Amino acid sequence: MKSDDFLSKNISNITHALESVISAEDLCRAPGLLQGLDARVKVATVVLFIVVVGLVRSLPLLGALFVLILAFGLLSKIPPGLFLKRILIFIPIFTAVIAIPALFVTPGEPLVTAGSKVIITEQGARTAGLLVLRVTDSLSFGILLILTTRWTNILAALRWFRVPSLFVAVLGMTYRYIFLLLHTANSMFLARRSRTLGTFSGRENRRWLGQALGTTMAKSQQLSEEVYLAMLSRGYRDEGLALNSLTLRRRDFLWVAFALAIASVLLWSNWL
Amino acid sequence: MTTLDTGRIFEATNLDYDYPGNIAALRQVSLIIGPGELVALLGANGSGKSTLLKLLDGLIFPSGGQLLAFGKPLSEKALREGHFVLEFRRRVGLVFQDPDVQLFSSTVWDEVIFGPLQLGISKDEVVSRGSEALKLLNITHLRERPPYRLSGGEKKKVALASVLSLHPQVLLLDEPTTGLDPWSQGNLIDFLIGWADGGKSLVFSTQDLDTVEELATRVIVLGADHGLVADGKPEEFLSDPDFLLRTNLVHEHSHRHKELVHRHQHIHDHRHQ
Repeated sequence: MKSDDFLSKNISNITHALESVISAEDLCRAPGLLQGLDARVKVATVVLFIVVVGLVRSLPLLGALFVLILAFGLLSKIPPGLFLKRILIFIPIFTAVIAIPALFVTPGEPLVTAGSKVIITEQGARTAGLLVLRVTDSLSFGILLILTTRWTNILAALRWFRVPSLFVAVLGMTYRYIFLLLHTANSMFLARRSRTLGTFSGRENRRWLGQALGTTMAKSQQLSEEVYLAMLSRGYRDEGLALNSLTLRRRDFLWVAFALAIASVLLWSNWL
Repeated sequence: MTTLDTGRIFEATNLDYDYPGNIAALRQVSLIIGPGELVALLGANGSGKSTLLKLLDGLIFPSGGQLLAFGKPLSEKALREGHFVLEFRRRVGLVFQDPDVQLFSSTVWDEVIFGPLQLGISKDEVVSRGSEALKLLNITHLRERPPYRLSGGEKKKVALASVLSLHPQVLLLDEPTTGLDPWSQGNLIDFLIGWADGGKSLVFSTQDLDTVEELATRVIVLGADHGLVADGKPEEFLSDPDFLLRTNLVHEHSHRHKELVHRHQHIHDHRHQ
């Protein structure tokens, strides 16, 4: 593959991937199980499940939890293919670096040997499996939350949980402007390509990429200054104010009870 | 409680503004803007129109001279006073040239209620103002959309709605018709004429002389030296081709007809019926 194509495809793929991963407006509006719940309840129970996942040390229990997550996904009208694809995008990023060495460096009973040399131990495979399953379950809960909850409601829930307003505001703006900056980076690449006749070497491409990153950063700084002025212009006084449009219903309480029951069963089975 | 003088909205005396590195943006600009005036700010690129609008909105502060808003100095110190800043922001709204700068919230609805929420009014009033602003600009159907999923024209409308929900008396607009198709331009101009009809004031920068003719009752022209070149009624200037040429508001075309070079200014005097 030519380095130009590689660069171009990467920039535009990152843009599309981020857009599709983060924005799931249609799924958020689907009439599913999780879509019908209050965002605060979803945020709280997802955090609870992630904590439980971190405490459970049994591979079958973590596997069973993943099956339950897939069932939640199905009941929330999330196409299983799409759900699995989104989970699988991130797992190698978060786990490969740590899990793969664990296979080979953890001492213990031999599992895979080459002659007299032990390559993979049982303990190594278990540690790596535990890590991969924990990351898979935690990520799946996070993705389930993002796919079934509108971003504004997640931010409103964070505000309700007294997460500092500055942090919530920064999170909201990052979400808002990341697309704009990615599109700017895309346009920069297209503008360069439109004035290019031949091909560039890898070195030239890397140099251009560095310059493009620098320019995008300078633009983002300029943009942030202008955005702040636009906020001041409408009366902003360093205080994030928002309308709370969230309401708790009977189904939210039922969901909390269900989540607590599942969490208790998992923890109890783990310590048996 | 701060009492504001409503007789004069803005009063600038010998206003200077420099960007870092002593780059002049405005020089010795003096003007008075009263209630009910529809003022067009004209000038070539880089003459200081956007800077003047930001100064009038109290977002940046003059390097020299004095600027009063509603009879009070429009300074950093004055805008730190709770009452004055609240009252000033309620009365004056600025629509930025680039709507992406202005649309920083996650949805159109969050955007239009952002201003009212800062005013400390009741939640019912916030909701009512937000809904009213969306209805006013016929964009209620965009309510739940994120700003990055809007077209250029829709973004401009949302940016305007987000300021109108403050119920301002004075609207500052930085190149409001730039980037809009002719139909949307016409719609916006009609809307602004209707909006200002109730004695409200409008100060807008533009490069479009047709917009000036249709909307403005007064024209202020900034020159290449960043100073005020002219201040008066639109008809005084728009019918003076030499003035328009001198201030870079029109361009002189030259064509070659065989051996003859023919020059004319790029302005049209015909009107559509």
